[in-house]
Amino acid sequence: MGAAMTDLTKIRNFSIIAHIDHGKSTLADRLIQVTGGLTDREMSEQVLDNMDIERERGITIKAQTVRLNYTARDGETYELNLMDTPGHVDFAYEVSRSLAACEGALLVVDAAQGVEAQTLANVYQSIEHDHEIVPVINKIDLPAAEPDQVRAEIEDIIGLDASGSWEEGGAVLTSAKSGIGVEDVLEAIVARIPPPKGDRDAPLKAMLVDSWYDPYLGVVILVRVIDGAIRKGQQVRFMQGGTQHLIDRVGAFTPKRTDLPEIGPGEIGFITAQIKEVEQARVGDTITTVKGGAEAPLKGYKEVQPVVFCGLFPVDAADFEKLRESIGKLRLNDASFSYEIESSAALGFGFRAGFLGLLHLEIIQERLSREYDLDLITTAPSVVYRVHLGHTRTEDAKVIEIHNPADWPDVNRIEVVEEPWIKAVIYTPDDYLGAILKLCQDRRGIQTDLTYVGGRAQVSYELPLNEVVFDFYDRLKSISRGYASFDYEQIGSREGDLVKMNILVNNEAVDALSLIVHRSVAEERGRGMCERLKDLIPRHLFKIPIQAAIGGKIIARETIAALRKDVTAKCYGGDITRKKKLLEKQKKGKARMREYGNVSIPQEAFIAALRMGEE
Amino acid sequence: MARALYIHWPFCARKCPYCDFNSHVRAEVDYARWQDALVADMRHEAAPASEDTLTSIFFGGGTPSLMPPALVEALLREAEALWGFAPDIEITLEANPSSVEAARFAALAGAGIDRVSLGLQSLDDEALRFLGRLHDAREGLEALDTAQRHFDRVSFDLIYALPGQSEDSWRDQLSRSLGFGTGHVSLYQLTIEPGTRFATDVRRGTFEPKDADEAGDMYALTHELTEAAGLPAYEISNHARPGEKSRHNLTYWRYSDYAGIGPGAHGRRGGVATQRHRKPENWLAAVARSGHGIADERALGASEQASEALLMGLRLAEGIDLAEIGARSGLAFDTLVEPSKLALYADLGFLHLAGNRVQVTPRGMPLLDALLGEIVASDLVAA
Repeated sequence: MGAAMTDLTKIRNFSIIAHIDHGKSTLADRLIQVTGGLTDREMSEQVLDNMDIERERGITIKAQTVRLNYTARDGETYELNLMDTPGHVDFAYEVSRSLAACEGALLVVDAAQGVEAQTLANVYQSIEHDHEIVPVINKIDLPAAEPDQVRAEIEDIIGLDASGSWEEGGAVLTSAKSGIGVEDVLEAIVARIPPPKGDRDAPLKAMLVDSWYDPYLGVVILVRVIDGAIRKGQQVRFMQGGTQHLIDRVGAFTPKRTDLPEIGPGEIGFITAQIKEVEQARVGDTITTVKGGAEAPLKGYKEVQPVVFCGLFPVDAADFEKLRESIGKLRLNDASFSYEIESSAALGFGFRAGFLGLLHLEIIQERLSREYDLDLITTAPSVVYRVHLGHTRTEDAKVIEIHNPADWPDVNRIEVVEEPWIKAVIYTPDDYLGAILKLCQDRRGIQTDLTYVGGRAQVSYELPLNEVVFDFYDRLKSISRGYASFDYEQIGSREGDLVKMNILVNNEAVDALSLIVHRSVAEERGRGMCERLKDLIPRHLFKIPIQAAIGGKIIARETIAALRKDVTAKCYGGDITRKKKLLEKQKKGKARMREYGNVSIPQEAFIAALRMGEE
Repeated sequence: MARALYIHWPFCARKCPYCDFNSHVRAEVDYARWQDALVADMRHEAAPASEDTLTSIFFGGGTPSLMPPALVEALLREAEALWGFAPDIEITLEANPSSVEAARFAALAGAGIDRVSLGLQSLDDEALRFLGRLHDAREGLEALDTAQRHFDRVSFDLIYALPGQSEDSWRDQLSRSLGFGTGHVSLYQLTIEPGTRFATDVRRGTFEPKDADEAGDMYALTHELTEAAGLPAYEISNHARPGEKSRHNLTYWRYSDYAGIGPGAHGRRGGVATQRHRKPENWLAAVARSGHGIADERALGASEQASEALLMGLRLAEGIDLAEIGARSGLAFDTLVEPSKLALYADLGFLHLAGNRVQVTPRGMPLLDALLGEIVASDLVAA
């Protein structure tokens, strides 16, 4: 790669849209291999997904790019920038910025599975960005492959042309695994995806696509240059963040990190600028030069807001400092979650953390336990409620936002509560439809659409987010034996009759078990929690009432009977040692419990109590 | 300064399916060799002893009633020569109630045994078969009769709360048993110990142990009946008429020193815990090699001694004196227990507090393990 400026007409920027397991990563690997980005020896399976969690879950959390140099059948060499976008709705904003950096997309559909709901959401997003979409039907060599039916699905459901050969505007047929049709994909990219537009002579305008922390380089920023060019030594300004930085490295991933003299208009690449925290490099920001910079930032910048909150407490109170340190480190690489210290009477010191969604919550939780070796108690996830308070003698009426049941105000002051709602699209084989409709109905859902395609159904529901944050996704998976897919977007707040439910163990409210519920489901939910706690809390020397209450009103009750016998019948001289070991074991077990009203509650109870169970 | 001596005889004719004691079945035993080895092991324990004379000796097992009376006599002579006997010394031997063994009772009494603890276990043939015992009920009662004729003091064991045993049938059996006129009975609820055949049976689902609630009821009934018969519980499973308590076993529960010799025997001497090799052959080899059978000898820390004193002492109806245990272990007596828990369980009627004395009430007795987990200070156990 020389210093020659790349002709805009020879650049193609594209992303790959695919449902999990439909072969996105395999296809990307093949494209890299065919264009010579890596030798055979350097190829390890699925080059793109770096993090363990990404590998295991088959999802991408951070955007990544690969620059491929492809000499096409027309004899010209093209610069192809493959953008691997995050693959989950929790990261919808990051996805939208990745897509905004491209002019086209490959839509990869499994020839045996057909179009899936989650894919649809991404296709629509891609269409919103005016992308040219090239359908790719993959895994055509599987025995169950039905490429013609999938072509029809792509046309019927999505409304894209898929019939005919790819040269005529139809779908490309591939088997990424066996290498069939990979060159056709590259040719289709060159032929059908439009080149980017841009003005080399205009002031620098580059979009910050994503950023991550690298222990050696500091924060690495992925950029798409719109106008101008970005070079080493430039003084730049982040227009939204308001900070200034000196660019000290410019390059691209091929997929190896390769330094370049510049990133010109229409190109995608990375920069570093001695930035220590990803928080300073916000997704969607506009980068321009300090001198002679652009006047207005790019459109579409948004500050991401956490929508799901929960408490994170160390099982061993002595681990609090370690947790604080670990959360801080994680936050270095993920500015999209928030946290603040929280103290609970039952659980001691911990953090109240906010996430973009449930998957995001799970990922952070899993990284804390896996990468930082922490045992955590996670409290019930909560959403953000807008609580309208009436005036008092000393205070005016106001609206407050609450995401922690512990902060729930005095009922007498509450006039109205608003809760966030979502629109959920569920795509499922119709065998499971009945059970899914019931689940949505039980969770206060309002059905807005139901369509059938072949043996599948697509159902849309409006649902309160607080009904989804508990275990909706787990339940959906289990009743559909893993076949149903679920996608959601937020659709704003609605008024709801929401109340705080306390759980009383031995007549004392356990703060970590309180939750905000809709009055219509409170009794059922309370009964469920009491029943589960009855099984989760071991018998004690005295009987333990477990109650669910709203204000002073008990709405459900269970009792754990007192222990009747627990004694070593025979104990003489030789047995002291054994008896002592028994006592040690007992004490160790107790250390992992939390004491509340003289009752020892095992840590797993805090999590398990909230599972709605196998209704 | 040992005052109590425990002698372990590890051999049994057959291993009982509930028993997790250190017992072994061997086709032949070289008695002469065992006599020499036990004497050597005993001498090792006597060496560091002071002038204190022995107040009790206990032959446990295994099945010590299978020992030749001459061997028992030789060991007693040796013990007397080494320590000297207190005038009121109690010398107990555990015995199986088989006719063969009963035939030796006279000779054992002649050898110096003055108290037997008879493993009757049940008065019901079916239960005895379930428990894997070699005797039947009639043979057991005859052995009891023989024992009462030859020994000053007789105690017997019964095992109850068996699977399927009703409260009524236990009431009948216990009432009959209390009429036999012994001054002492040990009444154990069947517990399934790891490493026994019963543990495997339960795991395989061959039978289910008695439900803890029912067992709790039977425990209460047992206390009621023994109390009414004049043999109240002085320990979790032991009942005696006044003056008939097992003085030897009280040594353990009051956490006084005791020497333990023979395979697998434990001992406590001046804050040092001793444990002998468990396997008979290993123990014999160790004695031959080094003149004693000790596998492990370890000084116990202050908190360890205090926790042992608590968990043994609270088994007794008389309870413990916190100040005394504190003084003995060198720890402040208010650091031994969790004061808030002590108050809570006293309020609930499981404990009786009087000054520094803590007693577990009859209500608390069947829950002692759970209680200990609550009241013994965590620092004591974690250390």
